[in-house]
Amino acid sequence: MAKSRVAVIGVGETEFKANIPDKTYVELAQDAAKGALDDAGLGPDDIDAVVFSMAPTQFMGVNDADKWAVDSIWAAGKPFMRVHTGGATGGSALHAGYVHVASGMYRTVLVVGADRVAETPDAQHVLNLIWDLFYEHDFALNTVTMTALSTQRYMHKYGTTEEQYARVVVRSRRNALNNPYAHLKGKLTIDDVMNSPRISWPYKLFDICPRSSGAAAVILANDDITNRYSSRPAFINGIGGLTSTVFMGDRVGPYADVELSDEAEFVRAGKEAYAQAGITDPVKQIQVVELYDPFSSTQFPQLESLGFCERGQAQKLSDEGAFDMGALLSVNPSGGTLCSNPIGVTGLVRVADAALQVMGKAGAAQVAGVRNALATAIGGSVQFANCTILGADYV
Amino acid sequence: MTRQESNANENVIHGEWHIRYKYSIGKVAGKFFDGLKQKKIFATHCAKCDLSYLPPRAYCERSFEPCDGWIEAGDKGVIEAATIVTAEFENLPKPPYAIAYVRLDGVSTAMINFVRELDLSNVKSAAERLKPGARVRVKFVDKPQGRITDFHYVLLPAQPRGG
Repeated sequence: MAKSRVAVIGVGETEFKANIPDKTYVELAQDAAKGALDDAGLGPDDIDAVVFSMAPTQFMGVNDADKWAVDSIWAAGKPFMRVHTGGATGGSALHAGYVHVASGMYRTVLVVGADRVAETPDAQHVLNLIWDLFYEHDFALNTVTMTALSTQRYMHKYGTTEEQYARVVVRSRRNALNNPYAHLKGKLTIDDVMNSPRISWPYKLFDICPRSSGAAAVILANDDITNRYSSRPAFINGIGGLTSTVFMGDRVGPYADVELSDEAEFVRAGKEAYAQAGITDPVKQIQVVELYDPFSSTQFPQLESLGFCERGQAQKLSDEGAFDMGALLSVNPSGGTLCSNPIGVTGLVRVADAALQVMGKAGAAQVAGVRNALATAIGGSVQFANCTILGADYV
Repeated sequence: MTRQESNANENVIHGEWHIRYKYSIGKVAGKFFDGLKQKKIFATHCAKCDLSYLPPRAYCERSFEPCDGWIEAGDKGVIEAATIVTAEFENLPKPPYAIAYVRLDGVSTAMINFVRELDLSNVKSAAERLKPGARVRVKFVDKPQGRITDFHYVLLPAQPRGG
């Protein structure tokens, strides 16, 4: 059990867009760190340790740029570590920071990072290089094609239509209109999505997230600091994570121990987090989820694995509007990853946006009466899954 | 992620990375690739779990015991997941092409490769033919080099129910 309770007491985000030419990578990270410190009412000297959230270094093209960022985020003279689990990085970095505080080792931890995915035109080439050169690299795997494969399988199992995925895009872009930091936003129609160019069956262009630049940071604090500095923190009441084999082909068929298309890692990760956070009925107890959803097809299997509905039912609930703002469950009020994907911090943005909802600071995206919010992240070959439960009350 | 071209008017410094590697293959992959040269696909087997692996593994990832045998995979199998790529990605093949995870007969796991000899001009109807459960066969190139690209998959004619 945790020695100390842990709360998010400060959040910082920059605007997310394709290019941010007036800032370097480290200056972006600094903006987020400064924003989080200001939000918490702390200065750099009040931070005991720093966790850096950084995915593949090749996107922005300085090898292991965490070392470059040290001074910009006031980490010099403090314990520092970089965490990297691909797309799940931000969630994993948050979990590392949580453990640092929960253990009683540190009073305050800054979790911060940045990304500039559009700094290179070769981002999908970089992502293809995460597969081994022996067996899988030659077959055009990248984040788009790998999830297209699992989506085709999901559609076959549950009869999902392309239009049902298009509806997710329409909702996400509409929600993002309430988020001043979102990269893509606007009023789309299902036809707009259906008529966008085909990329990899069943994906069209609008089913796919943008390549974003931007940064995010959160301040984690123990009881003493939280009581002194925050009147309305977001307590981290539960965390869970599960890792699978890199081989997606092990996760399909009758011998699989987790089902690829169901993102079934979230069944166990969710159970662990729910048990810690006292969540027994997710639909009744959780008002907001910030899901890691770089593709239009990523929400349904997560919602089902996390117990919000039975297998194959998320598409129907989505059609009925159950996941709209203020409905049964507000799914990605920020617009989610579909609208902004600075990969190395996207999981952290999910936590930050969920925390803002609990703290009542989500502005135009605020959902009324949020007591619990859930944030997720996914990385690697859909192999790292983690989730975080934030609550208005400590459990 | 959508493709973004850089703006020529931006104030930027250009850079490129050129890095060369030699990847050691090791014994397990070595045997697999030697098999390909003979137009055979060998999978590792764990007697304790009765699971067979493609790609081959040195250790069974369920029992955490060394895989203790090799089996020859069937030359036919079943599609578990597939997609048809119609957009060009940097450093990847020219579209269109189809890829699929196929579980070969006698093997517990699925392995990815291209599905060739399929008309991809109508993506929707081609995708219909690549649904999970569709049967394929392995087709080798004439002169295999001991690389994973020595073979690909080809759809078998649809069988009547029970066939």
